[in-house]
Amino acid sequence: MNTKLYKIGWRLLQAVPSILGVIIISFVLTRALPGDPAVYFAGAMADKESIEQVRQALGLDRSWIEQFFIYVGNLVQGDWGQSLKTGQPVTEELLKRLPASLELTIIGLGLAVLAAVPLGILAATNPGSWVDHICRLLVTAGVSLPTFFTGLFLIYIFYYLLGWSPSPLGRLDIFYLSPSHVTGFYIIDSVIAGDLEIFLGVLAQLVLPTITLGLFALAPIARMTRGAMLGALSSDYVRTARASGLSKSMVLLTYAFRNASLPVLTTLGMVFSFLLGANVLVEKVFSWPGIGSFAIEALIASDYAAVQGFVLSMALLFVTVNLTIDVILAITDPRVGLEE
Amino acid sequence: MKRRNFLKSMGVATGASLLPFLKYIPVEAAGRKDTLVVVAANGINSLDLHRKGTNRPSYQVTVNIYDRLVRFGVKKLEDGSLAYDSTKIEPEVAESWSISKDGKTLTFKINPKAKFWDGTPVTAQDIKWSFDRAVSLGGFPAVQMKAGSMTKPEQFIAVDDKTFRIKLPKPSKLTLPDLAVPIPFIINSTVAKSKATAKDPWATEYLHKNPAGSGAFKIVRWDPGQQFVYERNEDWVLGPKPGVKRVIVREVPSASTRRALIERGDADLYMDIPAKDSQEIVSKTGGKVKVSGAPIDNCLHVLALNLKYKPFDNIKVRQAIAYAIPYGDILKAAAYGRGKPMFGGKDMKPTSVEWPQPFPYDTNLEKAKVLLAEAGMSDGFETTLSYNLGLAAWQEPTALLIQESLKKIGIKVKLDKIPGASWRTAALVKKRLPMHLENFGGWLNYPDYYFFWAYKYGHLFNSSNYKNPEIEKLVNDTLHMEVTDKQYEENVKRMIGIAFADVPRIPIYQPYLDSAMRAPVNGYASWFHRQLDVRSITKAGV
Repeated sequence: MNTKLYKIGWRLLQAVPSILGVIIISFVLTRALPGDPAVYFAGAMADKESIEQVRQALGLDRSWIEQFFIYVGNLVQGDWGQSLKTGQPVTEELLKRLPASLELTIIGLGLAVLAAVPLGILAATNPGSWVDHICRLLVTAGVSLPTFFTGLFLIYIFYYLLGWSPSPLGRLDIFYLSPSHVTGFYIIDSVIAGDLEIFLGVLAQLVLPTITLGLFALAPIARMTRGAMLGALSSDYVRTARASGLSKSMVLLTYAFRNASLPVLTTLGMVFSFLLGANVLVEKVFSWPGIGSFAIEALIASDYAAVQGFVLSMALLFVTVNLTIDVILAITDPRVGLEE
Repeated sequence: MKRRNFLKSMGVATGASLLPFLKYIPVEAAGRKDTLVVVAANGINSLDLHRKGTNRPSYQVTVNIYDRLVRFGVKKLEDGSLAYDSTKIEPEVAESWSISKDGKTLTFKINPKAKFWDGTPVTAQDIKWSFDRAVSLGGFPAVQMKAGSMTKPEQFIAVDDKTFRIKLPKPSKLTLPDLAVPIPFIINSTVAKSKATAKDPWATEYLHKNPAGSGAFKIVRWDPGQQFVYERNEDWVLGPKPGVKRVIVREVPSASTRRALIERGDADLYMDIPAKDSQEIVSKTGGKVKVSGAPIDNCLHVLALNLKYKPFDNIKVRQAIAYAIPYGDILKAAAYGRGKPMFGGKDMKPTSVEWPQPFPYDTNLEKAKVLLAEAGMSDGFETTLSYNLGLAAWQEPTALLIQESLKKIGIKVKLDKIPGASWRTAALVKKRLPMHLENFGGWLNYPDYYFFWAYKYGHLFNSSNYKNPEIEKLVNDTLHMEVTDKQYEENVKRMIGIAFADVPRIPIYQPYLDSAMRAPVNGYASWFHRQLDVRSITKAGV
C-alpha cells in the first residue's frame, strides 16, 4: 500500500507543471482578450477620468508582470482574488457554485450511465437487430440536439403544458430555505438536516435538468459500452468461458462486462470533465446557479480574477478526476499499474 | 472519497462564514397574497450604488431601500398605464424646501418623522455624509452629481439637525431633479461611520452587503447570482404604505424560461419583457397576463454617423442616408410596434420644444439618390455599420434592414458585430465607429440635457465626433436655464433645428420599456431609471 500511495503522490506532483502552465495561460489570455474591465465597471455614464479612476482602483494600471506576481502571491496564500462583477471573493463564489454544478453533473452522469450501459450491452449482444438500431437512434438524437433545445423542450412539455414538473427556478423552490450548508450538495445537506420536505423539493427541481444532461451524455457512454462489449464478446477468454459451459449471465456480466468496463470508465472521466464546462447552457435554461454561467458572465465582464479562478479550479478538478479514474483502473485491472 | 472530505471540511469553514447571510423566512411565508415574485434577466452585484463596479440592475435596490430628499411624482398616460412625472417633484425626506432669490442656495427642511431602520431620526448630518460620499467616490455617481452642479463636499452644509443646505456655483434647473435620481440616497451615517476604517473611510466594504437606510423596504436576503428578497419596513411614513409585504426578485437568465414562468403564474412580474413577447402574451393568456409600458423619456434609438470619417463629414451625404432608412420596417421588425416613431416630421424648423420629436425625414429613396448625386457620390461608396451584440435584439434587425436599404442607393454596407464588453470603448471612448447604432437616454428629462451628452464635442455619448460652435454655445447657455425663461424656448428650438439639418444622429424611434404582470398586480409605473419601484405595487386578493 505504501508504494501505491507513493505512486499516487508522485502522480500528483507530475500534475504541478500543468497547473502552473494553466495559471500562466489563463492569466495571459484573459488580459489579451478584447474588452476592458475598467470601462465595464466604470458604468454607464463614465468618462475618461472616471474610467482611469476605476482602473487604478482595480490595480489594472500596473504592468502585467507585476500583476502576475501579485496574483500568484495571493494564490499561494489562498486568496484567489475578488470577483469584480459580484463583489464577492472568488473562492466564496466557486465554493458556492461548484457544488451546484457538481450535483447536477454527477446525477446527470449517473442517469446516463444507468441508461447507456444496459443499452450498450443489449446492442452489443444483439448486433444488427432492432435493439441495436434503437440504441443508435437514441444516441444520435441525444448528441445532435443541443442541450438548451432539449432543456427548453422538456420545460415546454413537462412544465408549461402538463404542469408536472416544478417551475425551473433553480435548485430549490422560492419558498423553501436552503438546507444548512455542510457540503453544498443540497441532497446530502437535506439528508443531514433530516428535512424530508426540502429533500423532496431538491429532488423535484433536479429531475428535468439532469435528464437533459443525461440525454446528452448518453451518446459517448453507450457507444463506448457497445464497442467495448463487442470487442470483449469476440475475445478468446469469452469463447473459452462459453465452451466451458458457464451460464449466459455469468459470461456476459462477470467476464465480458468487467473487461469492457475499463475503456468505459476512462470515457466516463472525459465525459464528466466535458459536461462540467458544457452544462452552462442547461444552467442558463433552468436558472441553475452553477459554475458554467458564472464563468460566462465573468468572461463577458472581463472579470479577470473570476475567469482565472474558474480555469484553475477546472484544471484542478480535471487532474483529480483523472487521477481517481486511474486509481480505480489500477485497482480493478491487474494489468494496469500506476507508472507511465 | 478524498474530494468529498476536502469539500466537506472547506464547506464547514465557508458555511460558518455564510451563516450571517441566511436570514430565515418561514416556509409558510405569509402566503402568496402578500408576496410578489419578480423574475429578472440580470442579477445585482452590490447593495451599494456608490461602489465601483455596481451594475445597473443594482440601482433597483437603492430605489426601494433608501430614501432621498425628494422624489418624482407619478402620472397616468393615455392608455391608462402609470409613469413617473418628470415635472412633479414631491417631498420624501425633505418635507419642504426653499430656493434663494439668486437661485444659488437650496435649503431643505427635514421631515421630523423620517427615521432610519434602527429607529434613529434622519438628520442633516446624515444627509451631508451621504452626499459627500456620492461626490467623493468617483465613477458614475460623481458624474451624475456633477450634472446637477454638485461636485464638492463644501457645497453641502448641515445647518442644524433638521436643516440641510446645498450651495451652487450658479443657479440650475437640473439640481432639484438630480436630487430625485437614485444616486443621492441617504445613509445612516452613524452606523456607516462605525464600520469605516482608515483605509475605507466611506464604509464601502460594509455597505456593499449591509445597507443602512430608512427606506420603505429592507433587504432580508441576498443570494448572489440567484435572488434577493425585500421585506416591507412597517415604520416607513414618508409615503403611502406599500401594498406588498415581501418581494422576491429571482434571477432567471433564459428569456424563454421567464416567459414560461409568468404564463404559468409562478412569477407575478416580468420586468423588461422583449417587445415580441409583450405583443403575444396578452392574447395568449386570455388577459391573465397584462403588459404595462411607456416610452423611455429622453431616449432615442438612432443611427449615428461619425464625422471623422469621409464621406460622413458631408452634410448632403448624411441627409441622403436619413432619407434612405426604412423607418416603418424597422419599427415593425425591431420594435414590434413598441416604439414612438421619430420620423416623418412636417417642418425643417421645429415648432415646439417637445423632445424627442419626429425629425423631418422619411423613407424616400429618390430624394436620397438626388442628395447623394449633389454630394458628388452618385456612384455610392462602401462603409461599415457597427452594432452592439449585447443589444442584438433590436440592433441586429435594424442593421440588416438599413444595410438592405442603403444598398438600393449605392452604399455598400458591411456589418460589424461588436461584443457588449468592447462596445463602449469602441463607440463612446475611442469614438472610432464610422456608422453605428446608438441608444443614449438621459435621466433628466430636458432636451438640452440630451444635447449636452450627445451633441457636445468630446462628450461621452457624442460618438459622431460632431463639432458645432453654435451648438456648444447654445448648450452652455441653456443647460442651467429655467424652462420658464424667455430665451429657453428659442434656444432649444434652434438646437433642434440644427440637429434636424445636420443629422449626425438620425433618430429612428423612441423605445418603450414594457413589463408583463399577472392580472392581480397593480400600481406598476415606468421610471426613467428603467428599474422596478416596488413601493407602489399592490396585489389584489389572489
